[in-house]
Amino acid sequence: MTTLTKTEGEKAPTGPEAFLSVRDLKVRFSTEDGIVKAVDGLSFDVERGKTLGIVGESGSGKSVTNLTVLGLHNPKSTTVEGEIVLDGQELVTATEREMEKIRGNKAAMIFQDPLTALSPYYTVGRQIAEPYMKHTGASKKEARQRTIEMLAKVGIPQPQTRVDDYPHQFSGGMRQRAMIAMALVCDPDLLIADEPTTALDVTVQAQILDLLKDLQQEFGSAIVFITHDLGVISDMADDLLVMYSGRAVERGTVREVLRNPQHPYTWGLLSSMPRLGGDTEQALTPIPGSPPSLLNPPSGCPFHPRCAFTGEVTGSRCSEERPALGEGRASACHLTAEQKQTIFIDKIQPRLR
Amino acid sequence: MLQFLIRRLIGAVVIMFLIGAFTFFLFYTIPQDFAQLACGKNCTPENIAVIRENLGLDKPITAQFWEFMGGIVSGRDFPQGHCSAPCLGLSFSSGEFVWDSIIDRFPLTLSLTAGGLVIFLVIGLGSGLIAAWKRGTMVDKLVSGASMVLSSFQIYFLGPIVLGIFVYSSGWMDNPKYVPITENPVGWAVGLLIPWAVMATIFTAQYTRMARSTMIEQLSEEHVRTARAKGMRQRYVFFRYAWRGSLIPIVTIIGMDLSALLSGAVVTEFTFDLPGLGRLAVQSSLTKDLPLTMGVMLFGAFFILILNIIVDLAYALIDPRVRLS
Amino acid sequence: MSDNLTLPAQQGATGTSAETLLEVEGLTKHFPIYGGFPIKRKVGAVQAVDGIDLTVGVGESVGLVGESGCGKSTTGRLITRLLEPTAGKITYQGQDITHASRRQLAPVRSEIQMIFQDPYSSLNPRQTVGTIIKSPMEVNGINPEGGREKKVRELLELVGLNPEHYNRFPHEFSGGQRQRIGVARALALNPKLIVADEPVSALDVSIQAQVVNLLQKVQDELGIAFLFIAHDLAIVRHFSQRVAVMYLGKVVEVGDRDSIYNRPRHPYTHALLSAVPEVAVDDEADDKERIRLAGDVPSPIHPPSGCRFRTRCWKAQDKCASEEPPLIQISGNREGHLTACHFPEEPTTEAREEDVVMDPALKALEDSAADEPATKD
Repeated sequence: MTTLTKTEGEKAPTGPEAFLSVRDLKVRFSTEDGIVKAVDGLSFDVERGKTLGIVGESGSGKSVTNLTVLGLHNPKSTTVEGEIVLDGQELVTATEREMEKIRGNKAAMIFQDPLTALSPYYTVGRQIAEPYMKHTGASKKEARQRTIEMLAKVGIPQPQTRVDDYPHQFSGGMRQRAMIAMALVCDPDLLIADEPTTALDVTVQAQILDLLKDLQQEFGSAIVFITHDLGVISDMADDLLVMYSGRAVERGTVREVLRNPQHPYTWGLLSSMPRLGGDTEQALTPIPGSPPSLLNPPSGCPFHPRCAFTGEVTGSRCSEERPALGEGRASACHLTAEQKQTIFIDKIQPRLR
Repeated sequence: MLQFLIRRLIGAVVIMFLIGAFTFFLFYTIPQDFAQLACGKNCTPENIAVIRENLGLDKPITAQFWEFMGGIVSGRDFPQGHCSAPCLGLSFSSGEFVWDSIIDRFPLTLSLTAGGLVIFLVIGLGSGLIAAWKRGTMVDKLVSGASMVLSSFQIYFLGPIVLGIFVYSSGWMDNPKYVPITENPVGWAVGLLIPWAVMATIFTAQYTRMARSTMIEQLSEEHVRTARAKGMRQRYVFFRYAWRGSLIPIVTIIGMDLSALLSGAVVTEFTFDLPGLGRLAVQSSLTKDLPLTMGVMLFGAFFILILNIIVDLAYALIDPRVRLS
Repeated sequence: MSDNLTLPAQQGATGTSAETLLEVEGLTKHFPIYGGFPIKRKVGAVQAVDGIDLTVGVGESVGLVGESGCGKSTTGRLITRLLEPTAGKITYQGQDITHASRRQLAPVRSEIQMIFQDPYSSLNPRQTVGTIIKSPMEVNGINPEGGREKKVRELLELVGLNPEHYNRFPHEFSGGQRQRIGVARALALNPKLIVADEPVSALDVSIQAQVVNLLQKVQDELGIAFLFIAHDLAIVRHFSQRVAVMYLGKVVEVGDRDSIYNRPRHPYTHALLSAVPEVAVDDEADDKERIRLAGDVPSPIHPPSGCRFRTRCWKAQDKCASEEPPLIQISGNREGHLTACHFPEEPTTEAREEDVVMDPALKALEDSAADEPATKD
C-alpha cells in the first residue's frame, strides 16, 4: 500500500499500513433528472494517528465520500462500487449489523451544524452516553460517569449539571464540543469531521480546531477532515486531497500541496482567496465559470472548461482524455511535470504574495 | 408550567364567554318570535304571553343574556323546576333542560369517538410507520395507494354500501344501535362496530398518509443521521429519534379531529341513524331552538378548548424546547 | 492609562476621504423582549446595536467585521432604514434621516442600496431578471436615457452577465450569477452608497473572488462608497480602506486597514486576527501570535458591564467592569485609529513570548501534553 508522502526530503512514514484505505470508490445517486456521479473513482489512504484533509467546493463529493465510508448513504437510491477497507475489514459489502458495530465505536463522525445534528428531544448527556452503553456494554451509571468525564475534557463548564441540559441550552461552540465528546466517547480509531467548524465563529473555530488537535494527540485517532477552507486545512492536516467534481485532482502532504501546488484547480483556489498578509493592491484571480453539473460532467478532465492552461497541452487531450491521478504525491493533469513547475513559479506564485 | 395552565384556562373561559355572546346575539337578529315557536300549533295569544313570561322572553335581550350566562355558573329556576348548574336553559321545542338533553346524547357520541379513535390510530399510524420503514418497496406502494383511494371516500358513500352488504342483503349483522356500555359491553361493541369501521376507514387513510410523510421527513433530519452514525440500531433510531419528532404534527391533528368528533359526528350519526350530539345540534338549529343550539355549541367549544390545552401540554412533554421557553 | 489622548470620536474617524457621505452617531437598536404574567410587558431587550459611531466618506469602502451577534448586520439594516433606530442619529449628506418618513426618505433610498447575503432567497423566483433589475427604477419613477430596458441590459453587461438573459428566471442562474443579479439591482438607481451584508459568504471559494472583484470594479469605476459587512477578515481587508471591529453591539476598534490588521490595539482585534486560519504558503505564517479565547460571545440581552469584552479578555481588571472604555485615539495610534480599551495591547501581530490560552480544556490538555510527551500513537 503506497502512502501519501514521498520524495523531496519528506520522510516516508514508518509502518505504512493504512488504517483506512479507499480504492476506486464510485458513488452514484439515481434522481429524477438522471444519475448523479457524486464520487467517480476516488482512492486515498489514512494512517493511524494522522490527519487527512479533504478539500473541495460544494458538489465535489467530499461529504458523500465520508458518509459512504460509514454506510450512511441511502442504500435504495445509491450505488456504491469500489473498496473501502477499515482496519482490514471491507465495508462496501458489510451488512448493516456489521456497520452498526463499527459506527460510533471504531469510526465516529462529527457534523457541520451541531444544532441540527443533535436531537432536540434528548439531553446532551443521554446522546453521548447512548453509543458508549451500546458499544461497551456499560451500565447507565458508568456511562453517565464517562459522559461527565468527556464533557469536562472537551471544556464544558460544570459538566455534572450540564450533562442534563438539552442541546438548545448550549451555545454553538459548546454544542460542537458536546458533539466531539459524543464522537470520542468510545475512543474511536478513526474520526471523520465534516466541516466541523464551518457554522462557528472564527474565535470559537480556533478553539475547536486546537481542541481537536490536542485530543488527537491524546486519543491517537486518525482524522479525516473535510472542509472547503484551505486555511483550516493548512492548520489541521498532515496529508491533503483536493477534490473536484467527484474526483481527486491533487494529493500530497499539506506542505507539498499548499506550498508547491501542481494542479490548475488548486492554483485557482489559492489565488482566488485573499490572505491576511497579502497585497491588497493586487486583484484576486477567480476561477472563471461555475462548478460542473454532476448529472452531466464535462468529458475528459472535469476542470477543462474552467482551466486557463488547456492551450499548453497538445491536441484536445483535456476535453477527451481523463487525466489519471498517480500514486503518492500526484496531480491529475495533462500538463507535464516541467510545465506545471514552470507555470507555478512564473504565473501562480507571484499572485500568492 | 402551572402559570401556563392558569393562563390557558383563563383564556378558555374568556373564549367560551365570547362564543356564547356571539351565538346569542346572532340568534336575535333572526326575525322570529321564539314564543310562537315554543308554543306549537294550537296557540292562543294568551298561551304565547304565558310562554313568553315563563321563558323570560319578555325581558330585554341583554338581561336575558346575563340570565343565561348566570345559569351556567349558578343554576336557574324555571316554572318547570330548578335547573342546577351548569344550566344551559330550557329547550323551546322539547321543554326539557338543555343540559339533560346533551348528557342524554353524549354517551353515544363519546362511544362513537372513542371506538373510532382507537381503530384509526392503531391501524392508521401503524400502517403509516410500516410504509415509512419499508419506503419505496411494494408494501409502501400498496399502503400509500390504498390510503389514497380510501381517503377520497366519504362516510355517506361508504356507510350505505357497508350497511347494504352486511345488514340488508346478507343479514349478518343488525342495524347499528347504541347500547350503553354499562348495560351490555358486548352489545355496545357489536352495535357500534359498523359505524366505527366506516368512520375509522376514512380517518385511517388520513393518519396513514400523515404518519408516513412526517416519518420520512424526520428520517432525513440530520440528528437522525447522527444517531445512525453513533451505531444505534435502525429500529432504535426509527422509534426513538424519528418517531419522537413526528409526534408533534400527529398530536396536533389528533387534537383537532377529537374535538370535532366529540362535538358530534353529524354525518356518521345521520348515515347510521344514531341519536348523537351532532343530530341534536342540527335539529336544534333547524327548529331555531336557541337554548339548545347554544348549549350544544358551548359544549363543543368546551372540548375544543380543553383539547387545545391538552395538546399544548403534550407538546411540552414531547419537545423540551417548548417546555423551557 | 493616563496618557490617553481624548479626541472626540467623530473628529478622528474621518479617515482617508475628505468629504463625509454618511455619518452615524450613537446609533442604537434594542429589540424588545415581551413576557410576564398575567399581562405581557417588556421584560428586557436584545441590545443588538448599542451606541456606535461610524463615518463613510464619498467613494470610500468601510469594512465592518465581527462575529455573529455583534450587531453588524443590524447596523447595515439601520443605515438602509430597513429597521427603525431606537436612538442615535444617521446623517446622509448632511440630511438627518434617522426617523425620516417614507416620503422624506424617497430621494435618499435610491442613493443607499443594499446587497444581501443569500442570493437564493433575496430574488423573487417568479420574476424575470429584467423585471427584478427594472423594478427599483419603476418604483422610484426613474426613466434613464434610452429607456429602462436598455439600462437593464447595460447593467447586466456591467456585472458580467449576458444581456440576452434579460427574460430568464433566477433559478436558471448559479449562485455566483445570482449575486451578480443582486449587484445589478443595487446599481439600477445609481447609488452613492451600497451596504453589502455578507455578500459572498454563501458562495463557493472560487466564486467568492468573482463577486469581490466585481464589487471592487463597481467601487473603482462608479465611485460608489461601500459599507462592507462580513465575518471573513481576509476578504474585508482586501476590500476595505477602513475597518471597524464590532463586539456585542459596540465598535471596539476602528481605523485604516493597516492599523487594524498590522497594528491592532484592542485585545479582541488581536484575538480575531490570531484566530483566522491562514494557508501557510511560506514559513512566515509560523510567527503569528496565538490567542485562544474561552467560550462563546455572551448574550446581548445581558451584556457585561463596563467593557463588554472583559469576560473573555486576558487583561481584564476591576476598572474594565466598572467603567466603559471610550472609543478614542489612544497614544501610539495613528490618526483615525480609535480603540475602546483601558489596557491596550502592543501594536503588533507577531507571536508573543507566551501564547494566550484562555480555554480551560485546551489549557488542561496542553499542560498535560507538555508534562509528559504523548506516548500513545
